[in-house]
Amino acid sequence: MLTGKQTWSFVSGPRILGTGTVVGSKEGQGPLGDRFDLVHQDPYAGQTSWEKAERKLLELAQEKAVVKAGLTMDAIDVSIAGDLLAQMTSANFAARTAGRPLLGIFSACATSMQAVALAAALVEAKAARYALAATSSHNSSAERMFRFPTEYGGQKPPTAHCTVTGAGAAVIGAGMAGVRVTSATIGKVVDLGVQSPWEMGAAMAPAAVDTIVQHFNDTGRSPVDYDLIVTGDLARVGHPIARELLEQQGFDVTDRFQDCGILMYDEDQPEVFSGGSGPACCACVTFAHLLRQLEEGAYRRILVVATGALLSTVTAQQNETIPCIAHAVCFEAETS
Amino acid sequence: MSIKTGADQKRYQAFLKGRQPARPWFKNAVRAFFTGGAICLVGQGIQELFVHYYHISEKMAGNPTVAVLIMLSALLTGLGVYDKFGQWAGAGSSVPVTGFANSIASAALEHKTEGYVVGVGGNMFKVAGPVIVFGVVAAFAVGLVRYLLTHA
Repeated sequence: MLTGKQTWSFVSGPRILGTGTVVGSKEGQGPLGDRFDLVHQDPYAGQTSWEKAERKLLELAQEKAVVKAGLTMDAIDVSIAGDLLAQMTSANFAARTAGRPLLGIFSACATSMQAVALAAALVEAKAARYALAATSSHNSSAERMFRFPTEYGGQKPPTAHCTVTGAGAAVIGAGMAGVRVTSATIGKVVDLGVQSPWEMGAAMAPAAVDTIVQHFNDTGRSPVDYDLIVTGDLARVGHPIARELLEQQGFDVTDRFQDCGILMYDEDQPEVFSGGSGPACCACVTFAHLLRQLEEGAYRRILVVATGALLSTVTAQQNETIPCIAHAVCFEAETS
Repeated sequence: MSIKTGADQKRYQAFLKGRQPARPWFKNAVRAFFTGGAICLVGQGIQELFVHYYHISEKMAGNPTVAVLIMLSALLTGLGVYDKFGQWAGAGSSVPVTGFANSIASAALEHKTEGYVVGVGGNMFKVAGPVIVFGVVAAFAVGLVRYLLTHA
């Protein structure tokens, strides 16, 4: 049901029935290391290329989510997945293995919450009993596609991000137990003129703020209605900028404001720069950590705002500015 | 907030000033000075070895010296060390010949998964290509100027 201008309210109560998260070793060494279902020490995940490794992580996360939901893959009516690679390689090839109907989607690093929002909408519309939302990214496959060969000795600036190696999946369906997906705000594409692909935190912050403010306007809520508002991957540079932009618009988010890219790594881990990014960043932190906080009763209601920079290697080389997007999903604990 | 207008973009760019950590250029320059110098010192040492132990002239020793440095750099690239060194040393590790070797070896390694011909062969000079192209162009221009000056 459309609420306001850009927000979908889910009244039938679609729930998160099971989640699966698989990450690489660097993520495993981070503060949330023990929260993930599986930590792969081998960057190739037993495969022969970075692309196959990422696909493997996605397949493992999807299987894990389905098993934890108490289902088999055959019970999944629709799978919604996306990643960073050209032609959504990981999502499409993993779906070949799973053999379930697929909707491949792309919003760069905002794909995770786009997938959850769409899955919840399909469950709400009774187009699916069980929908599987999943995203993946791999540091090395992203490096080689968007930046340089992985072993190239170029120097990155402190505003750079570290693409998360991992995959996160969630089964969403009508059920009696589990965290509820209560609303989603679909973001607009915002471009405030940041051109450097090394400054994605600053580029994405206005998109996150635009979606958060729209969510408040549509729902009539304010920051105090949430126990936590968490952005996707603005990281240590973009997150304070977003906070300041929110304050300028009269929204004081105080200590309720966090970021998945900051939560993923310790600040002193080598080569994480400003923090994590990638479709797997928001998915893994949300599914493995934040949803569990809701289940454990630490939070009652949270807003996850996945942020994505919609640039391509070609547009970056042609000196175009970076269009960005953010999709927000509101999760609520069962008992609220 | 409107999605995109020139005025909004200008205002945001002005707002961003000082809100993003700058590249630590002084620290980078100091590190580059010493690591770049250290690599050259190693090269000088290798050259001296060729001169003293193989009794070849200093000029002749240049080529084998460069070859040794290139092999060392390619080896360190394959061992996954050079990229970490590069993040620390910056221009100090990318300007000397070892950086050039790293750019070629890393591209070759990266594209091994697409096969030896289209993968390694087709992508080996992906990063180093522009250096070669503009190196040749610059050499031509300088050579032309020199020719005109000496023959004019």
